[in-house]
Amino acid sequence: MAVSENPSRRVVVNPILCTGYGYCAEIVPELITLDDWGFPIVNSRPIEHERMVQLARRAVATCPRLALLLVDADPNP
Amino acid sequence: MTRLLSGPPPMAGYEPLDEHQARLGFLPAGGEWLLDELARSGLRGRGGAGFPTWRKWAAVAQSGNHDAVVVINASEGEPLSQKDRTLLAFRPHLILDGAALAAETVGATEIVLYLARSPLTAERTIKEALRERALARPAGSRIRVVRTPHRYIAGESSAVVSRVAGGSARPTFSLHRSAARGVGNRPTLVQNAETFAHVAMIARYGSDWFRQLGTDFSPGSTLLTLCGDVRRPGVYEVDLAARLGSVLAAAGGMHSPSGGALLGGYFGTWLAAVALDDLPLDAERLRSAHSASLGCGVVAVLPQGACGIAEATRILQYLAAESAGQCGPCVYGLAALSGAMARVVDSEAEPADVDRVRRWMEMVRGRGACHHPDGAVGQLSSALATFSDHLDVHLAGQRCEGRNVIGLPAPPVPGKRWR
Repeated sequence: MAVSENPSRRVVVNPILCTGYGYCAEIVPELITLDDWGFPIVNSRPIEHERMVQLARRAVATCPRLALLLVDADPNP
Repeated sequence: MTRLLSGPPPMAGYEPLDEHQARLGFLPAGGEWLLDELARSGLRGRGGAGFPTWRKWAAVAQSGNHDAVVVINASEGEPLSQKDRTLLAFRPHLILDGAALAAETVGATEIVLYLARSPLTAERTIKEALRERALARPAGSRIRVVRTPHRYIAGESSAVVSRVAGGSARPTFSLHRSAARGVGNRPTLVQNAETFAHVAMIARYGSDWFRQLGTDFSPGSTLLTLCGDVRRPGVYEVDLAARLGSVLAAAGGMHSPSGGALLGGYFGTWLAAVALDDLPLDAERLRSAHSASLGCGVVAVLPQGACGIAEATRILQYLAAESAGQCGPCVYGLAALSGAMARVVDSEAEPADVDRVRRWMEMVRGRGACHHPDGAVGQLSSALATFSDHLDVHLAGQRCEGRNVIGLPAPPVPGKRWR
C-alpha cells in the first residue's frame, strides 16, 4: 500500500480490546493520558507533526492488545 | 388525536390484517419516491437518537447491491418504556407494513423482527400477524424473528447487528456504520419499531398530512410512555406541537404537585417541577432550552417529596450493572460513580466525593464503544443540577426524608445473559 506524502492521521482506541496496559501513554503522553483506572484518554484530533505521527505509530505497534489504531483523519464513510 | 393508535380500542386486542387493510386503505409499494416523501415529512427515528429517517434509509440504499437487511428494533430495553410492545401487541401490521416498505426502498432481501425475550412481549399476536402476512403475500419478504435477552443495551444498533448475526447482544467497535457494513457485512437498516409505523402512515397519506401535526423541526405525532406520579400511566399518542402540561392532563394529571420528572428514560434528563407544565415536545426547543430530549418517549413523573438524588443513583447503579463489561471506562467509571453516589445518598459523603463524581463524569463521557457511559452520566449530571438544593441537604450530613417516599418504578434486576 502506497503511503502518501503528508497523510493526515489520528489515533483511535478500540475500548473493547483495550485492557489498560498503558504503554501508549508512556510513548506519546502528548496524545494519550491515562484515566483514574489506567485506561487511555486519547486525543483524536488530526496529528500535525510528522515526529508525533512516528511516535503514535510506535505506540500502535507496542500495544499488546492491538487496541490502538492510526487512521486517516478524514476517512471516507 | 390519534394516528398510530386510531381504530379499535386496545381492549379489542390485536387488529387482524384484513381489518387493518380495510381501515387504512391501499398500501403503495416502496421505492425512491418514498425516500423523497420521507425527506419532506421530516420524520425522525423514535428510538432515542432522533436521526432523520430518510437519511438513514438513503445511506443503506446507497451502500447496497439489493442485499441489505432491514431490522425492526422492538427490543425496548428501556425499563420505563412500553410503547413498542404496545404497538406490537395492538397494531403489528402497521409496523410490518413499514418494514416491507423499507425493504422495497433500500433494496433488502431480508427483514428481521428483533424482540426481547420478555414475558411482556405479545408472542402469540406476533406469530399470528406473521402467519397472516405470509398467507396474504406468499412472495413477500420473509420475516425472521430474532430473540435477545432483555438487557438495557441490547437495542444499541451495533449490538443489534451482532445479535442478528448470531452473536451476543453486546455493542461492537467498528470504524464503519452498520448502514454500510452490518449483518454479515451487508448494509443494514436498524430502525425502531414505532418509526416503521409512522412510515406506513406517510406512505399512505403523504408528508403534507403527516405535517398537519407537530412542529417544523419535529413534525407528526409520537408515542409517549407516561409513568410515575400520574393518575393514568400508560402509552399515549401525542401531537409533537403540544406542551407537556396538556399531555399530563390527558393522563388524568398528577396525584400531587410533582417533584420533577425524568424525560427520555434512563439515558434522559431530569427536569424541575416548575419546567413541566410549559415544556415543549419539539426536539430543537427541548435541546436549546433544557438540554433535554424525548429520547425513547418516556416521561417519568417524580412524586413530591421523593428524593431525586436517590432515584438518579438507583438508575445509575442499574446502568452500571447493565454495562456490557467490555470497556474499562464504562466498567470502572460507572462502578466508581455508583459507589460515591451511594455515600451521597446515605448523607455520608465528603465534599471530595462530589468533586470526584464531577471529575469522573467528565472522564467517562464518550469513552465507550457505545453511548452507554454517556447516557448513564448524562442522567446523573442532570439530576445533580436539577436537585442541587436537595443535594446540599445530603452533603450537609442531614437525613433525607425523601428516601422513604416511593418514587419511580424501581429498576429491574439486571440481566445475566447476552445471548
